[in-house]
Amino acid sequence: MKKKTKDQLITIGSIAVLYLIVQILVKTGNMSSLMQGLLVPMCTYSLVAIGLNLCVGYLGELSIGHAGFMCVGAFAGAFCTKVLQGTIENGTLLFVFALFAGILAAALSGFLIGVPVLRLRGDYLAIVTLAFGEIIKNIINVLYVAKDGNGWHFAISDAKSMSLAEDSVWLINGAKGITKVPRLSGFTAGIILIVIALFVVYNLVNSRSGRAVMAIRDNRIAAESVGINITKYKLMAFTISAAIAGAGGVLYAHNLSTLTATPANFGYNMSIMILVFVVLGGIGSFRGSIIAAVLLTLLPEMLRGLSDYRMLIYSIVLILMMLFNWAPKCIVWRQRLAARFQKKTTKEAV
Amino acid sequence: MNFLTYLINGISLGSVYAIIALGYTMVYGIAKMLNFAHGDVIMIGCYVVFLAMSRSGLPALPSVALAVVACTLLGITVEKIAYKPLRRATPLAVLITAIGVSYFLQNMALLLFGADTKSFSPVVNVPALKLADGALTISGTTIVTVAACIVIMIGLSLFVKRTKAGQAMLAVSEDKDAAQLMGVNVNATISLTFAIGSGLAAIAGVLFCSAYPTLTPYTGSMPGIKAFTAAVFGGIGSIPGALIGGILLGVIEIFGRAYISSQLSDAIVFAVLIVVLLVKPTGLLGRQVHEKV
Repeated sequence: MKKKTKDQLITIGSIAVLYLIVQILVKTGNMSSLMQGLLVPMCTYSLVAIGLNLCVGYLGELSIGHAGFMCVGAFAGAFCTKVLQGTIENGTLLFVFALFAGILAAALSGFLIGVPVLRLRGDYLAIVTLAFGEIIKNIINVLYVAKDGNGWHFAISDAKSMSLAEDSVWLINGAKGITKVPRLSGFTAGIILIVIALFVVYNLVNSRSGRAVMAIRDNRIAAESVGINITKYKLMAFTISAAIAGAGGVLYAHNLSTLTATPANFGYNMSIMILVFVVLGGIGSFRGSIIAAVLLTLLPEMLRGLSDYRMLIYSIVLILMMLFNWAPKCIVWRQRLAARFQKKTTKEAV
Repeated sequence: MNFLTYLINGISLGSVYAIIALGYTMVYGIAKMLNFAHGDVIMIGCYVVFLAMSRSGLPALPSVALAVVACTLLGITVEKIAYKPLRRATPLAVLITAIGVSYFLQNMALLLFGADTKSFSPVVNVPALKLADGALTISGTTIVTVAACIVIMIGLSLFVKRTKAGQAMLAVSEDKDAAQLMGVNVNATISLTFAIGSGLAAIAGVLFCSAYPTLTPYTGSMPGIKAFTAAVFGGIGSIPGALIGGILLGVIEIFGRAYISSQLSDAIVFAVLIVVLLVKPTGLLGRQVHEKV
């Protein structure tokens, strides 16, 4: 078996084991409700981090708007669920439909942004995705969609002009968002989605297309000169990355009964948080992204006892970890330490 | 007259963005990093002025001077502790560290000053200018803001062109290694850039809070992002670009809020940014850099 395949099987296997452990803990009542509440957000963040890692690690483009794709996925998914709620009774089927809608919408918006922006060189994707995230959040907050006996009604920023009948049902109610979303997602759904996402990205990065994407990242001009279609492969990787973030959004949306687009959940701070997961977990390592997402979601909760100081400590830990991981002096120091340690063990062996 | 009022408000807001954008653009030009903590330096500057005026009863000008000194020191310290060790690391690592610093400053302010909204008393007491028989009023804050912006722009341009330290900045932004070989102290130059940018951020913060007088630990982040957008809009790395980008952004924001939709003004600003970048990827005044194989 190839080393890579083995590595990937270990990742997926350990996820399965973790899933079983958590399930046993929940069933035997050994897990606090606070921790249980964190399970789905952890899965969501892991998913979005996997998507972003594909973009940052393999495509080599920085995106600070993945919360925007998550937002598109969440709203498209929840909207689909609300529309189909009467016609489809089965919850799982409803969630699958919502997933398709959310992934499709996020992939489409990723594609639309990618077409013009990925032609540019430099940090432009970062700036444009940042702008996109803010625009989406802003537009959803003024979007009104309702349904009544006469059919569908739409309005932007002016809800009063819609002249609704008495039996109207709000689907999207501006800043109040989508209310009464059925709770269709759960820890199991999250784990299944993560495994599927891992399967997709692992297959992608080990395929001919994946190698083309990495070649573009390492040297665009060289890649172009051997006949790789730059725009096509960049666009493909970015669209898949956005789609995975969209799946995370659908998962997120169906875990809350009320879905709103606030700066806290889909703003640029969320994008940054996901980026922190990716960078701390290791750029290009999907396993690292998941581990970082889980640990850094747990960290503020574990520090809850320190109340006001927890975010301060979080930020200090973040800075110190970055310095420890990346500062050239620290890297040299770590290597020296490792070398000394190795010498000791070899001496003992002799 | 409404149109003129909006235009003047837009220029006033834009001047603030321009001063903040200078900090982004200079740091990006020299250290090639997006300093996401810049917005929070603004907030710290505002708190210093607020405390100096309300607690210690200092008059306006000395408090602003105090804030400039405090922010300059803060900028230099942050650069020394958090960014300098990462000078040769990947840009992404520096970006995340800047985000860490931003969180740190916000939460520090939250602990020190509390989460409640402070109402910022206007620092400027220049009488308002009434034109056309009182139909058009230009507030004192607006006059001071625009004047400050012009003075800073001229001063900074002269500084970069005429002084040795300014020339060193240009040299470092062009080629760090070559500048070092020519005897430029690269580390000192980068520290100086952070110092200037942070000092300007304090002034910008005071002007911003005089116009929008609510102060919380998160006050700095939105003007920070907008000013960053302005820097990109005008062409990142260019000082006149920051001025043009900032003022255009301010005018677009105020016009968007007045004529299209108050809720959509941010979306309009960012949409214009995307369009500009697609037409002119290096921003309005940015330089086209040719690639060599």
